[in-house]
Amino acid sequence: MSSILPYVPAEEAAPLLSGEEATHTINFGPQHPAAHGVLRLILELKGEVVERADPHIGLLHRGTEKFIEYKTYIQALPYMDRLDYVSPMCMEHSFAIATERLLGIEGDVPERAKWLRTMFAELTRILNHLLNVTTYALDCGAITPALWGFEQREKLLEFYEAAGGSHYHVNYFRPGGVARDIPPETMARIGDWTRQFPAFLDDLEGLLTDNRIFKQRTVDIGVMTAEQAIAWGFSGPCLRASGCAWDLRKSQPYDMYDRVEFDVPVGVQGDCYDRYLVRMMEMRQSLRIMEQCLNAIRPGPVKIADNKITPPSRSDMKRSMESLIHHFKLYTEGYHVPEGATYTVTEAPKGEFGVYMVADGTNKPYRCKIRAPGFAHLQAIEVLSKGHMLADAVAIIGSLDIVFGEIDR
Amino acid sequence: MSDFIATPFGTLVITVAQALALLVPLLVAVAYLTYGERKVLAAMQMRKGPNVVGPFGLGQPFADAIKMLMKETIIPSGASRALFMMAPMITFGLAMIAWAVIPVNDGWAVADINVGILYLFAISSLGVYGVIIAGWASNSKYAFLGALRSAAQMVSYEVSMGFVIVTVLLCVGSLNLTAIVRAQEHVWFFIPLFPMFIIFFISALAETNRAPFDLPEGESELVAGFFVEYSSLSFGLFFLGEYANMILMSALTTILFLGGWYPPLSIVPFTWVPGPVWFILKICLCLFTFVWVRATFPRYRYDQLMRLGWKVFLPFSLFWLVLTAFVLKLTGWLPA
Repeated sequence: MSSILPYVPAEEAAPLLSGEEATHTINFGPQHPAAHGVLRLILELKGEVVERADPHIGLLHRGTEKFIEYKTYIQALPYMDRLDYVSPMCMEHSFAIATERLLGIEGDVPERAKWLRTMFAELTRILNHLLNVTTYALDCGAITPALWGFEQREKLLEFYEAAGGSHYHVNYFRPGGVARDIPPETMARIGDWTRQFPAFLDDLEGLLTDNRIFKQRTVDIGVMTAEQAIAWGFSGPCLRASGCAWDLRKSQPYDMYDRVEFDVPVGVQGDCYDRYLVRMMEMRQSLRIMEQCLNAIRPGPVKIADNKITPPSRSDMKRSMESLIHHFKLYTEGYHVPEGATYTVTEAPKGEFGVYMVADGTNKPYRCKIRAPGFAHLQAIEVLSKGHMLADAVAIIGSLDIVFGEIDR
Repeated sequence: MSDFIATPFGTLVITVAQALALLVPLLVAVAYLTYGERKVLAAMQMRKGPNVVGPFGLGQPFADAIKMLMKETIIPSGASRALFMMAPMITFGLAMIAWAVIPVNDGWAVADINVGILYLFAISSLGVYGVIIAGWASNSKYAFLGALRSAAQMVSYEVSMGFVIVTVLLCVGSLNLTAIVRAQEHVWFFIPLFPMFIIFFISALAETNRAPFDLPEGESELVAGFFVEYSSLSFGLFFLGEYANMILMSALTTILFLGGWYPPLSIVPFTWVPGPVWFILKICLCLFTFVWVRATFPRYRYDQLMRLGWKVFLPFSLFWLVLTAFVLKLTGWLPA
């Protein structure tokens, strides 16, 4: 049967514009070098001025949230590493604390574990900001910061390796503590690193902070007022750059954040340059926190003693029947989490990273909704880049710190 | 022998031999400029750079060249085939023929013509055609944007560059490149005309599409800009053309401001070194600065680049031109 509705000629449905009104559409990404992964941006340009920016997501969608519903809590944790793969440990942090809250063991986590988690969370923040600031400079055309920054990142990733055994997907923060204690000499190595890092930051700032071209490319570009930023659901450095002093480490401290001293840098203009400055200053604050952690860490257990939740030691397993059973049960069935729900947030390097987890009394989460800060930032690309030039759109994407692992999930 | 040279055929043979004697070292220089750039950039970025192919990675340029030749030449289906293939040839050809008038030493130019500087200026202005044709013929939006940027950029910077050259010509009184160098026997022009030297160098960066003015390529914005659709040898020709242009602009800077083949001081240890060596050393210094700038600065935005060209460089070079003319006339130094 043929259609009975009349066809509209193509020219009428989409009239061709000419002269001043003519725009052209370009497909920015997902293979574009400045697309930070797999961002696909449909840009409508008038000349080089962005009229409309339409981000398309889903190219890295792996169904993490659904996967987690079919995994035990202990199996679900490694999926968190793969969300924001630039700051893996901070992703684990929310999940680990959320599970602890549901289990009601948050208060039992040993101090050493909490200090280690705080220190590695801050180390991760530096790891993340290093990547963001330097690739952001790369988007603006400065090639050297990226290569300098990656050398430092490599050193940090070696600490990851020392702690968790791998460079990226470490699976280190666990409900009830951390996976294992760090090797004894690692503390001294991290201490050495914290002493040489400020000099590197000064060098990096020497290339960018007062560079006139960098300032021309970022000052007053992509301005977001505090009200706008809140309305668009911004969090983390992007929100603070807009002048809103909101930091979850201060407002609802978790782990040892209430026992360390640090300042929260806050921007004034809310432009790309402020977002850069906030990240640079946050790195110095993170360094401060790390130093305090290094001084405060005392020997002790790194996970709770309850072997229903954390695995027993290998040597116990060889001697004690009970430990062997614990081990077997833990890695097959996992632990049952009492019914309940929690929305647990941590201050991830990119912003408020939340896990809304519903437990139904079984060994698997009933639902695990992940709140990724990058998702909220990405949706603002349209308002931020409207009226700016193509090159500014690239700078704006860089300044928002977008990583698709967490946005597409 | 002299009879043979006098015949038309003999002149042809001699000219071809001269051209080859210039172009073959030039192409090798281009190959090693890519190597040098990578090494210098690597040192500035605290890494090693090419170090695997041959001793110190010296075989790298040739490995790259062979790799490039082995690639498939891809012509996009929507492209205008003839123009698409023509564009890289234009770019490369222009970059090569410009060298005809460059004097490497006193009297060592393939064509020592009296309008040398005009010839160079004409050739480098034509260079924009290769870029525009490439951008247009690719039938790609990124390439087209790159071509538009490049056209605007090259035109804006050639204007102020023209004024810089006119200022030098005022001081020399000749358009002949050899004469320009000879006029600097005692004092190199970068000393009296220092601001113009800076403007010329920055304009040379813009003219050769180098960082921080590499907008037509703008990797993070336009992917690769006007040559995004090119591959294999057609890409290679753009690449060679761009690097040959860098050397050309450095040579021009050397001739106009750095005293060409003259040693820095006319005293014994310096005068032992032959002129061409000084010429090459000065070119290397300019090229090093090209790379240094690339490692240091972010990229300008399109409108900022235009503003710099038209609102800063143009008025300033115009003012300096008038000032120079005024001073020369007043002091009676104006060459006859």
